Amino acid sequence: MTSSQPIIQTTNITKVYGMGDAQVRALDGVDLEIGENEFVAIMGPSGSGKSTVMNILGCLDRPTSGQYFLAGEDVSQFDKTQLAIIRNERIGFVFQSFNLLARTTALENVLLPTLYNRGEEKEESEYQQKGIAVLESVGLGDRLHHQPHEMSGGQIQRVAIARALINDPVIILADEPTGNLDSKSGAEIMDVLTALHAQGSTIVMVTHEDEIAEYAQRVIRFRDGVIETDKMNGNKGN
Amino acid sequence: MKPKKVITIAWKGLVKNKLRSLLTMLGVIIGVAAVIIMIAISAGAEATIEEEIISLGSNLIFVQANFTRGGPGSEPSSGGLVYDDAFAIADEVNGVAGVVVEQSSSETVKAGSISIDGVSVLGSTEDLPSVRDIEIAQGRYFTQDEIDRKHKVIVLGASLAEELFGDNPPVGQTVTVGTTKFAVIGVFAEKGLVGDVDYDARIYMPITVVFQKFTPSQFARMIGDRVRLIYVEVAEDAEQNDVILQIELLLAKRHDVSLDEPDFSITTQQDIITTQEATTEAFRNLLAWVAAVSLIVGGIGIMNIMMVSVTERTREIGIRQSIGASPNDIRMQFLTEALLLSLVGGLIGIFVGVGGSWLFNITGGMRTVIVPSSILLAFGSSAAVGIFFGYYPANNAAQLDPIEALRHE
Repeated sequence: MTSSQPIIQTTNITKVYGMGDAQVRALDGVDLEIGENEFVAIMGPSGSGKSTVMNILGCLDRPTSGQYFLAGEDVSQFDKTQLAIIRNERIGFVFQSFNLLARTTALENVLLPTLYNRGEEKEESEYQQKGIAVLESVGLGDRLHHQPHEMSGGQIQRVAIARALINDPVIILADEPTGNLDSKSGAEIMDVLTALHAQGSTIVMVTHEDEIAEYAQRVIRFRDGVIETDKMNGNKGN
Repeated sequence: MKPKKVITIAWKGLVKNKLRSLLTMLGVIIGVAAVIIMIAISAGAEATIEEEIISLGSNLIFVQANFTRGGPGSEPSSGGLVYDDAFAIADEVNGVAGVVVEQSSSETVKAGSISIDGVSVLGSTEDLPSVRDIEIAQGRYFTQDEIDRKHKVIVLGASLAEELFGDNPPVGQTVTVGTTKFAVIGVFAEKGLVGDVDYDARIYMPITVVFQKFTPSQFARMIGDRVRLIYVEVAEDAEQNDVILQIELLLAKRHDVSLDEPDFSITTQQDIITTQEATTEAFRNLLAWVAAVSLIVGGIGIMNIMMVSVTERTREIGIRQSIGASPNDIRMQFLTEALLLSLVGGLIGIFVGVGGSWLFNITGGMRTVIVPSSILLAFGSSAAVGIFFGYYPANNAAQLDPIEALRHE
């Protein structure tokens, strides 16, 4: 671990769906610690609980029991509004299906999270500048006013990464970020993520492709709602 | 979130779906325009009635015969008033300023080469100009002496005089009414429409001449000169009810009937005003309900589209939630969209309503008076409709689970 305080720390997290006989234990006691500037890949077959753990780590869902500390704050019992604030300020999502707003320019999409910023309000122009800077950092300085339908899959995903970065999150959660891309665009996206990691970002990524997981430092495999293995990547470990 | 941001988000949401937004607004536009036009129409009707009442003359009592009609076109077979009743009222009742009797007919009128069919001929008495507030523009009105002697003299309404004689002075000319020649002795000033009667297109002559020349049947002439209506103008210092009572007693005695079953009825101008006010109020209420219903229908339209919109935009809602929109942010967005739809629709509706009322007026279809408070009312209710019908879909949107919403195709 690279830091004294982990970015993510879960203790004995469970997630149970349904009631009575139809109960499904999607997570069955997960203890996980992810430190600052780690690049972690989460793998596992479908139904292993990797999506559920991502939803909980992303504050889209709450655990049935157990505790989840995000940057030292116990968010496991937060209400919907508090979770929304955490997602807004602390978490940057990158989805498999991009999830940009249609008929909305790249810059507007990137600035979307700032609409929901609480607390001190910045000048409109300040946001604009930052949005442009972030888009430039993912190599899309010339696509500011393009709409999703005018861009390639790889470009769209880079816009999504820029959007994830706009509020300076403590962690980037990427859910199969290359799943809808051809291998060339996929490699481009992984290069962007690798570069972000090199600049100090903490990244947790779900994938089922071994060659994508290769980009990460550490690979955690899930099976039946528990962590099966948790290993440093041989060639990447620090 | 700050209101400005909420409005920005909602506005962008609407602009991205221009056609749908416009169609949704249509209901509100029609509703608001309907409210304004309907109220303008009923206000126009009220204004017309008010003017009519003013132009009827003041302090009038109407004594009417209680007809029992034998069939279309036939004369009254029982009951009724006779010409002499009017004189009895004038002579024997205290507090009467004037009495007018009218008997009308419709005749062909000729002057020189001009011939007009179906001109309304009104036989009347001496007090007509004062009781009905009509002014003489040229010449003079006929006298009691001319009435008694059945002189063949006429006074023309303003527009009729112009039709018959153009710019030439009509006074002193001869006009043939039916088959009888009459001398024109005067022309009335313009009076305009009162109710559906055009005062300017009529001929006025001594009532005795109408009885003699234009009363339809011989039989009617034999039983006395019947009249349909006697106008009594109450003197300013007299008590109206007292005058009515005197007339009732007098006529009951003259007709030899009891007051329990009179062959005449007396109404006052106030009665007529009250009746007409009741009618316009019913009319206004009806219109208000129609307008309210159309506004509600518009609101349901908004709700409908918002429900569809929330379903269609579930993915968008999920995206917004994932990047930090709280349930309240989502609720506010959709509520504001609904509110903007109804407010913008309301504004357009105001323009359509005011324009429509104006069009009704200038095309002569219907008189309208735009009531400023109706604009406020319509705008206010469209805002209320937006909030009321927008809340349910907005709340549905707010309650969506982000994970489910993100998975939505």
